[in-house]
This record gives sequence, structure tokens and C-alpha cells, in this order.
Amino acid sequence: MGAPLLELAGLSTHYISARGTRVTRAVEDVSLTLDAGQTLGIVGESGSGKTTLALSILRLLPPGARIVAGELRFEGEDLLAKSAREMRHIRGKRIAMILQDPMASLNPLFTVGDQVAEPIRVHEHATRRSAWDRARGLLASVRIAAPERRVREHPHEMSGGMRQRIVGAIAISCGPRLLIADEPTTSLDVTIQAQYLRLLRDLQRQHGLALIFITHNLGIVARMCDTVAVMYAGRLVESGPVRQIFDAPAHPYTRALLESIPRLSDVEARLTAIDGQPPDPAALPGGCAFHPRCLKALDRCRVEAPPRFSVGPQHTAACWLEDGSPLA
Amino acid sequence: MRKFILKRLGYAVLSLFLLSFTIFFFVRVTGDPTTLLVEPGASREDIAALQQQLGLDRPVWVQYGSFVSNLARGDFGRSFYYRTPVIELYLSRLPNSLLLAVAAMTFSLLIGIPSGILAAVRLNGVWDRGGKIFALLGLSMPQFWVGLLLILFFSVYLGWLPSSGSGTPLHVLMPAFALGWYFAAAHMRLTRSSMLEVLGSEYIKLARLKGLPEALVIGKHAFKNALIPVLTLAGINLVLMINIAVVVETVFAWPGVGRLLYEGIAFRDFPVVQATIVLGGAMIIVVNLVVDVLYAWIDPRIRLGR
Amino acid sequence: MANGRAATLTLPWRLPRFNIQGWPLIPIGILIVLALVAIFAELITPYNPEIGALGDRFRPPAWVAGGSDKHLLGTDHLGRDVLSRLIFGARVSMVVGFMAVIFAGFVGTFLGILSGYLGGWVDQVIMRVTDSWLALPGLTFAIFLAAIVGPSATNIVIVLALVFWTRYARVVRGEVLSLRERDYVRLAVVAGCSKWKIMQKHILPNVVNSAIVLATLQLGVVIVTEASLSFLGVGVPPPQPAWGLMLADGKKGLMAGYWWLTVFPGVCIMLLVLSANLIGDWLRVKFDPQLRQL
Repeated sequence: MGAPLLELAGLSTHYISARGTRVTRAVEDVSLTLDAGQTLGIVGESGSGKTTLALSILRLLPPGARIVAGELRFEGEDLLAKSAREMRHIRGKRIAMILQDPMASLNPLFTVGDQVAEPIRVHEHATRRSAWDRARGLLASVRIAAPERRVREHPHEMSGGMRQRIVGAIAISCGPRLLIADEPTTSLDVTIQAQYLRLLRDLQRQHGLALIFITHNLGIVARMCDTVAVMYAGRLVESGPVRQIFDAPAHPYTRALLESIPRLSDVEARLTAIDGQPPDPAALPGGCAFHPRCLKALDRCRVEAPPRFSVGPQHTAACWLEDGSPLA
Repeated sequence: MRKFILKRLGYAVLSLFLLSFTIFFFVRVTGDPTTLLVEPGASREDIAALQQQLGLDRPVWVQYGSFVSNLARGDFGRSFYYRTPVIELYLSRLPNSLLLAVAAMTFSLLIGIPSGILAAVRLNGVWDRGGKIFALLGLSMPQFWVGLLLILFFSVYLGWLPSSGSGTPLHVLMPAFALGWYFAAAHMRLTRSSMLEVLGSEYIKLARLKGLPEALVIGKHAFKNALIPVLTLAGINLVLMINIAVVVETVFAWPGVGRLLYEGIAFRDFPVVQATIVLGGAMIIVVNLVVDVLYAWIDPRIRLGR
Repeated sequence: MANGRAATLTLPWRLPRFNIQGWPLIPIGILIVLALVAIFAELITPYNPEIGALGDRFRPPAWVAGGSDKHLLGTDHLGRDVLSRLIFGARVSMVVGFMAVIFAGFVGTFLGILSGYLGGWVDQVIMRVTDSWLALPGLTFAIFLAAIVGPSATNIVIVLALVFWTRYARVVRGEVLSLRERDYVRLAVVAGCSKWKIMQKHILPNVVNSAIVLATLQLGVVIVTEASLSFLGVGVPPPQPAWGLMLADGKKGLMAGYWWLTVFPGVCIMLLVLSANLIGDWLRVKFDPQLRQL
């Protein structure tokens, strides 16, 4: 397989309040690897730190947030050592990102063509004409009909599904190796979602992209991803191949997530939801962050945060119940 | 879009009527308007003649009707002092006020917009803190006092600039500064908050994710969007400037409609006062309408139909 | 000075160095000092502010050559002591300003509640009037009314109240519209409370906060408007000392370099307006950071 495309080791990102009094551990000790062409799903509820993790990879954190620990390597290069200028050359060109709300992601005052051609002009110093030509081609490759006409339109003249495809076109415009998609289908109609996911998969195959899919929707993970990482309160509680995790989830949280998906066959059974709320990231409970809601919590869980234990090939879970298995 | 224009137009017409009614009401409400509308020192016959001319014996709505029809025809009466139709006086002075307002607006935008952008981009930095102080002072110092201080400094002490009158570019400098000072602070404040709001939006986030240089993110993506509310306000403020320039024009003896209003007060020339208020208010209503329509036209979101 | 869609005198930032425990001490202090000066004017002033010694005209402040300790801040064109006039002027400005703001506030809040709660034609009438009056800049409208009624301190208070109540009505109405839908109001309606009772017991207390914040923010505008009116000669009539009047008189001596007649009254106005603005802004954030429409 060769060296992984993306490697995170013990990455931690904290928000530090203006006076330095409050520390919010948005991302804590996250380790992941991703190979070229593979799809990783990052799953979790809102506030679990998924988006902060994505922004940390791109080192585009809001003011007050900082990567405080860990390693971050992309194509063998240490991203944490890069200057701002170097990071800028990486963003959009080698690593691209799609955001959740396509209407908000596009600048309402500029044409779609302008916004697709823009990264091409900036990263590859292309001329206006050639960049616009490529923009038209890109619109066609994301399956937008009549690209010559569409290219001159403004975002609000298009449907939500089309807008998200434009955002996709922008993302692949400079041929990145990694595409991070942050809840890309959440704002779309259900009927459009499937189409869009199919598009992403095709683009991935065509361009040899690695994909990181951030979502709270396990159904999407099951269809799209090779590996999955489950996040809770900023920590990685379980990660591994999708098949394995779905068949035999090790962490109580993962198990509860899977069980809470209503199935058509369960006609009689009640909807199971996980009791309680996700914790406030600025005031995490001691020990394992999930213990207040865990049905199987041990005394140890209240006091000590569990490290990751090996549960199967490539499959790890951070739970004291797995204690006794050496970490692979 | 057309429906929008018609609706706004109807609203403007209604406002104009209400304005005329307000003026009419207040002039009549004090009892006998002849004391206001007659020249000082008029004889009893003159007063009686005026009363008949005004139709004070006729029902109120008839009086109002003739008032409005006069206004619509541009008949605002004759100035006691100048003995010419007021409308002519007003129109002859208006270009001067316009010139002053444009100069003051230019100044306020030149200072206000860049400083607002800098304050937003370098939040809590030197520019932002300096901007706060500037805004504080600008919004708290009466315009005419600023004008007086300017005269003190630049005319009396330094002798560089003329203290009154018009005619050369030098004459415009101080009045424009005095008039624009307050608005510069207001525009800076609005630019800053507008910019901050824009900078927090998703498309700016995406622009950065695209790897665009910060200068492009701010100069292209943020700038145009942030400017929309500022320019809207500026358009409305321009007409506002013409109206409230009365004190600044008085301080600098600038021959505009503001000074005309002052003369109307000083010489007890009520037709002039009334006309200035009505015309000034009408201008504001009209400009509000134009700005609303233009704004809708420029912003592609509204133009192509919401 | 400006109104309607032009910026009201609000400041979006707090200045932390002025605060102790969150209270803006300096502006409050200034306001208290000015209030005390206004109340105890007779006890503090060295001279009668309305009578001057003609032999003593245009004396500069004590620390400038030609000045004397007799007149700390100098004298004006009629030989009247500037400091005394400033002190009494504080009374005029503050009384006129506060009275006008209070009247405008009462009328505006009352009509705003009526308009927002009763709706229907009452609302339409009040709103149409408010909108059309708001179209006129405060200063111009005030000048118009002052020219009709003639200059006197009482008249000015009435004029200013008439001009500025519309701002309250607008804001209060907006709040009432949203309050109307709250559960406890609906409960009161269902329980059979009369409209007046509801407006009094449930609506009024909840809009008082906004009214107070708006009042403090308006104070600055009102004071500057009064000063402008006095400067133009349609405000407080001479020989009463008003800061605006002093500036008008001061203009006469400006070209001759008698700077103290212009600088001091203006500084006083600025201090008062500044303090009112800072306090108003602080109140606004304190009561509810969401009060963006102010």
C-alpha cells in the first residue's frame, strides 16, 4: 500500500478563552491514518469535534483555537511545520474541503464560473480564458446540464443540489489528493442526496481521491466509507473497517448509535435513544467522557479516561471493557 | 420586481401626503396662521386680505386641498425678505448644498470605509482601538462646534483657510469636514460591523479553504458584500446631510438651503421656513425610494425575483 | 442630529478601561457631577450669569495673559462670567434634555404599547404618523416647530418631545408585537383580563427596559438638538444661559481669537453627550445584548 496519505497522531486542538481561563478540548488525542483513494467516515453528534478536526487538518482554525499537541502528516510532509504561505498553497490545491450549506458557501455577488475558476487562477496561475474553459469542463464533470449557460449564473439562480455540485467542482478544480466533505448532504433533499453521493464516489474513482466524510448519518457511512472513526466529546472512541464496526461494535457508544437507528423490521419495538445529552466540551466529566450515559460503566470509567485498545485487525476502541487486549 | 417598485412608489406617495398634512396641521394648530404667514408690520387690511386668500373661513379640508395643490404646482408662496417666489430661492441655493453634501460625503466615505475595514480585519488591534475613540468623538461632538473649532484653528490661528463664504475649493474644506465628521464615524462603525458579519460567513470560510490569498479574500469576496449596507446608508445620508447642514452652513455662511432656513428664522420669513421643511422632507422620501429600488436592482438576489 | 436610518448615537463597543466591576464609572461620574452642578448652581456660581460688567468684556481665562483670578474661565462680550454661565447652562441643558426625553419616552412608550397591542386601525394611524414624522430629520422638524411656537425653555421641551417620541413608539411597538405572542399574555387573555390590565401588568414592565436604554441613547441627540436650536436662536432665549447660546455668542468673538467662548461650552456639551452615550451603550448591553434594533 505504501505510506499513508494522511497521518494524525495524538492530535489535540483546544479553544482557549480570551483571558486564558476556559479551555475547551474540542479535539483530544486523535490518531488516524488514511491511505490514498480510501474513504474514511468520521461520525459523531454535534459538538463531538468532527468539524474542528477537519479544520485542524487544514490548519484553518477560528481565532482562539490552537493545535496544542500531536503530529499531522500529509503525503509524508509535516503540516504543523508549514508556514502560513505554504499551507495556503496546500489548501484548495492538494487538500480540498466541502462545507455543509451550499447556499451559504457561495458568494452571492459573483458568478458561479468566477468562483470555480478562481482557485485555478490562483494556484496554477492560469489565464482567465483557460481557467473559465476548465470551469465549464468541471461543471460538466459534476453533471450540470448546459454548463456554458450555467457558468455565467449566480448561485441563487440554481437549486440546492446544483449548488452543492458547484461546490464539489470548486473542490476538485485543482486536482487534490484528499477531499474532506463536512456533512455535504445534510442540507439537500433526500432524493438528491443519493445522487450526490454517487457523484462523489464517481469523482473519487476518476481522480483517485481519498475522501474524508464527516457525518452523523450512519447510513451514509455504511454505503460510502471503507473505514470509520467514531468521535465523542472530542475523543476518538472507536475506529476501524466499516464492516467490522457495524457487525461487532466494541464501544458502548457505537453500539448505542447503531441500535438507535430505527429499522423497518422493528415494528413493535420502541425507538431507542441514548439517555442524556452530549457533554459541554468546556466542562467534560472526569474519566471517560461517555460514562454518565453508559449502561456498562465501571467504577474505573469515572476516574480514568481509557486509552485505545485493539479489538480486531485495524480496529481499536477506547473503552475499559476491552482492557486486556494489547493495542495493535 | 415591478410589483416591488409599484409598492414602494405607493408608499412614497403616501408618505408625501402625510408630510404635507403634518406641516399643514402644525401651522394651523397654533390658532391663527396669519400671524406667521403675514409680513411683519402689515396693515389690518393686508391681514384681512390674506385671511380671505388663505380661505380661513372655509372648511379645513378645503384649505388642506388648496394647500396641497399649491405644493404640487410648486407654489410655496413668496419670501417676505427677498420678495421672490420661495421655490426659486430654494432651487437657486440647492446646488450649493448639494456640493457641500457631496464633498462631506466623499470625505466621510474616504475616512469611514477604510478605517472600518481595517478595524474589522485587525480586530482589537491598534486600528480598532483608535477607531473606537474616533467613533466616540465623532458621534459626540456637535457638528457646528467642530466647525467653530476648525475656524478657530485654521482661519484664526493658522490663517490658511477662509472662514466663510464660498467660491474656491478652499472654502469647501472646512464645512465639508465639519459636516462629514459625524457621518465618517457612523460609516466607520457600520463598515466595521458589516465587515465583521461578512467575515464570519460561510463563503469567506470557503474562500480561505480554496487557498486564496488573504488579500483576495478580503479585497474581493468580503469587500463587495460588506459595502452594500454602507452604500445604502450613504445614499440616504446624503440627502440627510443636505437637510441638517443648516447649522454648519450658518457657521460658515455657506449659501445653501440650510442657510436659507436660518435666514427664514432670523428674518421671520415663514414661507421660507415652511418651504424648506416640506421640500427637505420630500427629498428624503424620494431618495429613500430611489435607494430602495437601486439596492434591489444591484443585489442580484432581489433583482431576479424573490 | 441624525435619525431614522442614519446611525443613532450608539456605540458597539465597551471600553474596558473605564469599567470597574462592569460599571462605567467615568461617564456615570461625569453625569453625577453635572447633575450636582445643575442642582446646586446657585451655591457654586461666583457671579450672576445674566448680568455682566461691561468694563470687563472679553477677559481670557485666568491662566492666560490678561486674565485674572476673578474670572477663572474668562468673560464674554457682555462681561458676563463664563464659568457662571457654564454652570447655569448645565442646568438648562440637563433639565431641558431630561424633561424632553422623559416626555418623549412616556408618550412614545404609551402609544407604542397601544399600537402594538391593539393593532387594527389604532396601529395603522399611529404607525403612519410615526413613519412620516421619522422621515423628517429631528433637527429640521424641531426648527420648524420652534419657529412656529417661539423661543422659550418650556416650548423647547414640548418641541423636542414632539419630535422624538416617534423613535420610542417604533421600538416599543416592535417589542410589544413579540410580547403579545408570549404564553403568559395569552393566558391572561384567556383568563378574561381586560386589555388595559394586560397592557399595564404584563406588557409595560417588559418594555420598560428598552425604553430606558433608548432614553439614555436619545439623551445625547436631544441635547445636541437643543444646543443647535439655541445656537440658531430658536431655542432657549437670551439672557438665559444655555451652552448653545454661548456658542452663538462666542462666534462673534471667534475671529478676534477669543477662543474660550467657543471651546468651553462645546467641551461641556461633548462631555455630557459622551457620558450619556457611553452609559446608554452599557445599559443596552447589560439589559439584553440582543437589543440590536436600538
